[in-house]
Amino acid sequence: MRGAGPVALSPRTALALAGFVAIMVVLPFIANDYIVSVLVVVLFSAYFGQSWNIITGFTGQLSLGHALYVGLGAYTSAALFVHFDLSPWLGMPAGMAVAAIAGSLIAALSFRFRVGGVYFALLTIAFSEFVRILFDHFKWVGATEGLFLPVANLAHDDPLHLRGSPTMFYYFLLALTLGVLGLSHLLLNRRVGYYWQAIREDEEAAQALGIDVFRCKVMAMALSAALTALGGGFLAFYDNNLYPDTAFSLGRSIEIITAPIIGGLGTLFGPILGAFLLTSLGETMTNLTSGWEIAGLKQWFYGAALLLIVALLPSGIWPWLRRVIGLEESGR
Amino acid sequence: MLYLNIIIAGLLTGLVYGLMALGLSVIFGVIRVVNFAHGEMMVMAMYAVYLANTFTGIDPLLLLPLVALALFGFGYALQRLLINRYITRPEHEQFLLLLAVATIITASLLMGFGPDARNVQLGYAYDSFQIGALLLDKVRVFAAAGAAAGTAALWAFFRFTRTGKAIRACADNHFAAQVVGLDVKRLYAVTFGLGAACVGAAGCLMLLLVDVQPYISTDYTLLAFIIVILGGLGSMPGALLGGVIVGVSEAVSGFVIEPSFKSAFSFGLLILVLLVRPQGLLGRA
Repeated sequence: MRGAGPVALSPRTALALAGFVAIMVVLPFIANDYIVSVLVVVLFSAYFGQSWNIITGFTGQLSLGHALYVGLGAYTSAALFVHFDLSPWLGMPAGMAVAAIAGSLIAALSFRFRVGGVYFALLTIAFSEFVRILFDHFKWVGATEGLFLPVANLAHDDPLHLRGSPTMFYYFLLALTLGVLGLSHLLLNRRVGYYWQAIREDEEAAQALGIDVFRCKVMAMALSAALTALGGGFLAFYDNNLYPDTAFSLGRSIEIITAPIIGGLGTLFGPILGAFLLTSLGETMTNLTSGWEIAGLKQWFYGAALLLIVALLPSGIWPWLRRVIGLEESGR
Repeated sequence: MLYLNIIIAGLLTGLVYGLMALGLSVIFGVIRVVNFAHGEMMVMAMYAVYLANTFTGIDPLLLLPLVALALFGFGYALQRLLINRYITRPEHEQFLLLLAVATIITASLLMGFGPDARNVQLGYAYDSFQIGALLLDKVRVFAAAGAAAGTAALWAFFRFTRTGKAIRACADNHFAAQVVGLDVKRLYAVTFGLGAACVGAAGCLMLLLVDVQPYISTDYTLLAFIIVILGGLGSMPGALLGGVIVGVSEAVSGFVIEPSFKSAFSFGLLILVLLVRPQGLLGRA
């Protein structure tokens, strides 16, 4: 059913996207292990950024605590695997459900009491930090000692138990990233997507038009949380170890949101572009400064680069790049 | 009696927390920008004190006015040169801007001082005052007195000086302040400078109580958020009250339950207040 309604991409955009997908599919065959492992980091970052983009980019509610859902998704699937030998393909949906419930609960509590803007942002940090400290004392999942997944040397990848090489994770994450890209594109062109954007632009006007603002915001949060948790599940099986202080860290929440903001908040391709730019920036800094052995030098350049980007292109790189190369997309 | 000792100690620490949070509250109350680099600015001040104390041996308490002045200059310049262009931009852009500032500050400190913990050597570090059965650390009493003095000075500034009144006018009605011809840009810079001076003074006092290390900054930024939201963003007495509540609850929960639980208690308190009374205990609706 190509071309049904306003959902279709313009031919140029579709062509560019097809080219991107083709390159990404072929890359592991020609790139070395290092490049593949960096690309896995890129795809994790892109996927988390896209998931966060739904609540903050599309719906306009600034969440600064998305590490909470990464952690919940990671811990649920990993703990079920370690303790009950449950396949991650059942554990990860369980993690998504846990995160969706947590997200809806936080959203419902906040929006019911009309907590918005900066206050909502700080509340999301508070919940994330609160849960982090609870997990520090949660003995069943290892508390501060950490939770470890058994690592086995396999001759072949075992996708059924999500045990295997970075290349296997690369393709799973590529599929996830493209899946959320498609989902976002679809939702933005559906009724609920228009409602979200209306709420982002002017909440009172949206309410006056009869949109159930409360329900739409809670739905956006639940979806965003569940998708984030799915990524968290993959992250647990990729890293093979989990600590509360990294899984739920504020640093992770900040990492999640930096890429989409740099790339272009509320756009479809911004989070992906931002992930590529930021991860390669980080890797370049690491390689450049590794010979100098000065602690802090890398972070300094990273901070300076952030400052430069936010000073020159405050609404992100993709909206600017899109104009330059003449592509269009739905959304902002 | 043991409990009373712990509560009083928490209360004294809480006054220093209050002064730190006051800086954040003043900045948000007037400029409507959340300073995500607040803890970083405090840690910067702590290193300045550490450096000056190590080289000259001057007591941190005597260095306080100097450090506050230096941080005032830093805050003034930061607002004037950088933040002022973003005050009407969306929250996430302001967040990213201050995140970049915070990252640069922490990285600079890490490059300059390394990751090891540093502290100041005080002749009276282990002295204490005894009042009946009450035993109070001398450093804690001095730090609290310094915080009280700093708060009083800020209050007097806003209450009695022309500039202070003008800043309050800006906070009450930004548009009308421009209409009557106030130089809002300069007043905003002064406000940010004052907020920075508060956190600088607080850092100076805090160094009497704890060691400094580049990475502790995030915890203090979060702590400042908790305190101002408890008390009410933009409310001066609220920041002090919030500081004292957090100081006491940290001390008591750290003793009764477990030290690692003390910040969970503060976050729990924050969540409760945000849900029941989002404008904070003393904030205006």
